Amino acid sequence: MKKTLLSILALAALSTTALAADVKPALVYGTGGKFDKSFNEAAYQGAEKFKKETGTDYRDFEPTSDTQGEQAIRNFASKGFNPVVAVSFAWTSAMEKVAAEFPNTKFVIVDSVVKLPNVRSVVFKEEEGSYLVGVMAGLASKSGKVGFIGGMDIPLIRKFACGYAQGAKAANAKIQVLQNMTGTTGAAWNDPVRGGELTKNQIDQGADVIYAAAGATGLGVLQTAADNKKLSIGVDSNQNHLHPGSVLTSMVKRVDLAVYNAYKDTASDKFTGGIQANGVKEEGVGYAMDDNNAKLVTPEMKAAVEKAKADIIAGTIKVHDYMSSNSCPM
Amino acid sequence: MSTASVPLPNWITYGLIPLLNLIVAFFISGLVVWWIGENPFTALRLLIEGALGRGDAIGFTLFYTTSFIFTGLSVAVAFHAGLFNIGSEGQAYIGGLGAALVALALDQYVPWYVTMPFAIMGAALFGAGWAFIPAWLQAKRGSHIVITTIMFNFIGAALMVYLLVNVLIVPGKMAPETRTFLPGGQLPKLDWLMALFGAKLGPAPFNVSFIIALVMCYLVWLLIWRTKLGYEMRTLGISPSAAVYAGIPYSRTVIIAMLISGGLAGMMALNPVMGASARLQVEFVGGAGFVGIAVSLMGRSHPVGIIFAALLFGILYQGGADLSFEMPNITREMIVVIQGLVILFAGALEYMFRPALVHVYQRFKRA
Repeated sequence: MKKTLLSILALAALSTTALAADVKPALVYGTGGKFDKSFNEAAYQGAEKFKKETGTDYRDFEPTSDTQGEQAIRNFASKGFNPVVAVSFAWTSAMEKVAAEFPNTKFVIVDSVVKLPNVRSVVFKEEEGSYLVGVMAGLASKSGKVGFIGGMDIPLIRKFACGYAQGAKAANAKIQVLQNMTGTTGAAWNDPVRGGELTKNQIDQGADVIYAAAGATGLGVLQTAADNKKLSIGVDSNQNHLHPGSVLTSMVKRVDLAVYNAYKDTASDKFTGGIQANGVKEEGVGYAMDDNNAKLVTPEMKAAVEKAKADIIAGTIKVHDYMSSNSCPM
Repeated sequence: MSTASVPLPNWITYGLIPLLNLIVAFFISGLVVWWIGENPFTALRLLIEGALGRGDAIGFTLFYTTSFIFTGLSVAVAFHAGLFNIGSEGQAYIGGLGAALVALALDQYVPWYVTMPFAIMGAALFGAGWAFIPAWLQAKRGSHIVITTIMFNFIGAALMVYLLVNVLIVPGKMAPETRTFLPGGQLPKLDWLMALFGAKLGPAPFNVSFIIALVMCYLVWLLIWRTKLGYEMRTLGISPSAAVYAGIPYSRTVIIAMLISGGLAGMMALNPVMGASARLQVEFVGGAGFVGIAVSLMGRSHPVGIIFAALLFGILYQGGADLSFEMPNITREMIVVIQGLVILFAGALEYMFRPALVHVYQRFKRA
């Protein structure tokens, strides 16, 4: 037994020295878990892409609580990992503390802002991407009612809802937007059953296009919409393939690019701190088109959404950001 | 002959049986670890090292332990009065509001030791207040306490998210949380205590609330076994009809027991809110209220047992996180499985080995 133990230890030691290259990437997920087919999985995809291209392995961790998240970020930093990427606004305060303790390590936080020289803060203009899918929902709806299902009721998700409502109203001024939040605790990110119930409820009220911004809860929303032959809109990752013919489009938020770029920039010594705000213009957010939804999107819808996209880039359409005033004009 | 009533010496009931249960739980966990292709002995070593191997690891373990002692005591006090308080989670959450309001109001003007007693009172009052309605409903209307306290967990979560998102949030910030308390609103770390044993606390948030928790253990022991009220609560817990026949007022005792239970749960908030993050955050309780149920069951609702059970769960929490950090194959779901097995064997199947032990013990005594 002792021999096997020793050999395992030796192996472990060997594998760590093999990792000791210039870039030693680490990734800390949000509490929703790695395989949520959405936000966290997008981050995972970005890291996998980097691994495939460069052959550099990375380490990741799925914390279950705030204390654990801070511990994980600190553990990675103290073990020489560089850069350390943490996705989710939940790690803001943890990042503030740890990044100050390790000024020579590079950190990236997604969805929040930490003002330190060695931290890159990647935020997305979710309202712009949501506006685009809102336009599509407004045109696709025959009943004149569209739905929105959010995860946990926090400002970030209201930002999604507000952009979506603005887009839908721009496409059809008389449209009615039904809104529901799944819950008030972190469990709301991982409750597909409740997501399905809320969807059923909105369908019963007449909604025929439903947008889910709820992490893994959204899987239940998409499933229920498909079962009832209604349209749905996915979020964060491209979820069109989950129910081909039922998912109208997905509001993609390129968390994968944020992670991938962080690793790549560190590897090529081009890492910069500061805030990166990714909107439609920067291709940080957008709507997803592929074979799975090609039949659902009419040329008219496509033209309208492309025009909205061009207008946002040109600045002729300004999508109101919920967070700027803590209220939505819709 | 039934073996349940045969008396066994205390060292078997309180020492050997829990130890056996723990060994079996770890053995089965080891099989699971082996089954997914990792070495169970390495895993066990990493778990123990991760929880007790370094100064900061011990600090984190004791930080979790502190929270579990509070919630364990909370469940135990209600349990002595025959009430199953599932609402410690929500009571702790609301207790955090009480502690945070005190800290936000006082931290600019006075040092921490002035804030502390008010914060303890604030946390306890808010926690107790949240337990009052279920208690009143149980006492006066007969609504079952298990159902009402579970429901109040959700109402509490909704209320707290509403307050944090709309009222207490720092404008313009993404995370729903209050501003950071100044030192006057923080509970200092116990690095001097760790230094006495030659260990360095590092970044671990082990703080003064640990001492408050130990004081509460003593006070709960005093209450349950050395006061008239404690006697009434225990009587009510064993037989409500006998208690009422003996002239113990049912409603009053139920309500007081629940108020104390809620107050203890509320005080748990001191540890994460004022001791660790120095701000009120969404979901800071993180399941500690529910762990309190397991801690109380394992600790046989006795303060000393609760301290040990809380320490065990502290080790599992901290060591488990470290284990899944070091061994990526062991996911966080696996850690929950291991914790679940410990609860299953040490809590639910606590008397599984008792009949066999009774036989062995009797044969041994006869010989």
